[in-house]
Amino acid sequence: MKVREIAEALNAEILCGFDGLDTEISCAFGSDLMSDVLAFVKGKTVLLTGLINQQVIRTAEMADLSAIVFVRGKKPEEDIIRLAQENNIIVLLTRDTLYSASGKLYARGLAGIQLD
Amino acid sequence: MEQMKYTFNVEKDDFVLAGQASSNIKKLLRQLGIDSGIIRRLAIATYEAEINIVIHSLGGCIELEIDPSYIRVIAADRGPGIEDIDLAMQEGYSTATDKAREMGFGAGMGLPNMKRNSDRFYVRSEKGKGTVITIEMALKAGA
Ligand SMILES: Nc1ncnc2c1ncn2[C@@H]1O[C@H](COP(=O)(O)OP(=O)(O)OP(=O)(O)O)[C@@H](O)[C@H]1O
Ligand SMILES: [Mg+2]
Repeated sequence: MKVREIAEALNAEILCGFDGLDTEISCAFGSDLMSDVLAFVKGKTVLLTGLINQQVIRTAEMADLSAIVFVRGKKPEEDIIRLAQENNIIVLLTRDTLYSASGKLYARGLAGIQLD
Repeated sequence: MEQMKYTFNVEKDDFVLAGQASSNIKKLLRQLGIDSGIIRRLAIATYEAEINIVIHSLGGCIELEIDPSYIRVIAADRGPGIEDIDLAMQEGYSTATDKAREMGFGAGMGLPNMKRNSDRFYVRSEKGKGTVITIEMALKAGA
């Protein structure tokens, strides 16, 4: 699924990464625990989270995540968006809750990550 | 390629700058054309070590050593040290504060995840003195 389709499905605002909207995403992970993201997620993944701080962006940077969806309409500060921009991470903002946003993407065929 | 060494300071409780050392290290290794799979694993392990310095220690530094045959990251802090390393290595064991948890950490996953993401991994710690984490990645077979 392309980032563009994720944004459409969630009626999301694109906060940065406009030139990456055609990026292919192969799976998704929803969590407010960055420790779990770092332990379980591998590449080409979109992270859905209600946690908003610099370390969400750093986590995405370290784990090579392509995109982040902030849920529940909580808009990150400008410096957080800037950090994402510097690291070529696409950031979307949806009014949906974590549960609803995840459900919408799952119903459209975006799988969860495979635990090994 | 000659051997290169870099040192980055890590401040305790600085949740804004946390991750900058790991970010610098990741960018440096990318410039050197190191394999992206190796960079990713090392970046994750280094970041976990950096966050631990921020949330559990009194502050410290991260040293990066690049050699033709290996990359070594040494994360050292000034205490308080880990009393029982075997216990700390267990998934789910955490003494993280509420503040660290609010920032998205404290699941007790960091140390085992560092180990999983390194080719070689060592923890040395002395109560009252500090902790030294060594993470090594081989760049050539047998290194
Ligand atoms: N540098 C350190 N100094 C002192 N204690 C440490 C240090 N690193 C780890 N510890 C101890 O070991 C425990 C386990 O560390 P680990 O990184 O696995 O989990 P965590 O940091 O608590 O949570 P997570 O890494 O999932 O965010 C910590 O809760 C802490 O008690
Ligand atoms: Mg940790």
